[in-house]
Amino acid sequence: MPLPRLIPCLDVAGGRVVKGIRFQGLRDAGDPVELGARYSDAGADELVFLDVKATLEERANRIELVERVAERLAIPFTVGGGVRSAADAEALLRAGADKVAVNSAALERPALIGELAERVGSQAVVLAVDATGGRVHARAGTTDAGRDAAEWAAEGEALGAGEILLTSIDADGTRAGYDLALTARVAAAVSVPVIASGGAGGAGHVAQALEVAQAALLASILHEDPDRLASLRGELRAAGVLLRDAA
Amino acid sequence: MTRVAVCDYGAGNVRSVAIALERVGAQVTVTTDAETVAAADLAVLPGVGSAASAMTALRSAGIDEALRARTGPTLGICLGLQLALESSDEDGGVEGLGLLPGRARRLSDGRVPRIGWAAVDPLEDTFYFAHSFAADTPAATAWSEGCVAEARSGAFLGVQFHPEKSGAAGARYLERCLSPA
Repeated sequence: MPLPRLIPCLDVAGGRVVKGIRFQGLRDAGDPVELGARYSDAGADELVFLDVKATLEERANRIELVERVAERLAIPFTVGGGVRSAADAEALLRAGADKVAVNSAALERPALIGELAERVGSQAVVLAVDATGGRVHARAGTTDAGRDAAEWAAEGEALGAGEILLTSIDADGTRAGYDLALTARVAAAVSVPVIASGGAGGAGHVAQALEVAQAALLASILHEDPDRLASLRGELRAAGVLLRDAA
Repeated sequence: MTRVAVCDYGAGNVRSVAIALERVGAQVTVTTDAETVAAADLAVLPGVGSAASAMTALRSAGIDEALRARTGPTLGICLGLQLALESSDEDGGVEGLGLLPGRARRLSDGRVPRIGWAAVDPLEDTFYFAHSFAADTPAATAWSEGCVAEARSGAFLGVQFHPEKSGAAGARYLERCLSPA
């Protein structure tokens, strides 16, 4: 198995990184280009960029901003938010993304996942699943999609998704730890890699998440102190978690 | 300065590849033009997508012939390595470019796609992988967790990992590709 991954996540709205708690009360957390470059240089294993308003406001993805972030990265770059077609995915790859994440549009039209996989390959298609109480929510968490998270993840895999990015809305921004039960349930339902998201407060939480998932997403904990990534990697290594040597 | 042609066959992460090569000093052209591919100091066949659609796009642009005719070095990345083989099991079976002996077979161990950073032996560095198929070839020159990570035949060099996305280790690898010893 490849090494466990730490993945900083830039939730972007209006050209700025934002962060809230349980998807609410979004506050400014910095410039996406600067933060992306800092995380790449500090040993992040990948970077995720989610345009959190793209779906709600039906905006086309922010191609120009994605280009500027990509210009500064030397690590894999996943971009999501408002991906509705294979052409959207291709435009993001042309802007410098390596993978695309799809969420609400796939819930509305699951065949989209297969169309994306055929165009860019399964390894570049990330199905983002936002869940509360184990149920999937669409449109930045505002709408109950009427599906169980593990069942939807398994369906997404069958349709061609190559990774599951599982966010617990309940844990998001709380720093009280990842939703390990939900993550374990989804990881058991699929054979593709799972990225745990929501709730990181410290190295202990991340280590727990990496026991059930293949990667851990980090946001609030890093944005307030971007130097935290390097110290977090050190603490995890000291605790016996094998992480890549980024030198 | 080394002139590098990055083959654009419709769905690759061509921009990522171009950025990484420019960073180590290459003069990069992203192209669909077979003559540009033929004339470059280094041709790069990048790799995101599925085998059947990629092969169809390469053929319709005439890039398959340009790559076969090259005498200078060519670097195939990920799917670019798999397409260079004689065949791939992906998409119900696809005929490859035949620049490398062997075929691409679906991975069966662990979680597939195999995504993440893994050590490559004997390169003594850690690189980023994202693949569901891997080469089964007698031309292998490096391995990662039982998968072929690098293969070489004549002027063709293929890597299963993504040097363009592998941080400092990847940059060192690309530098070596630009100035072979």
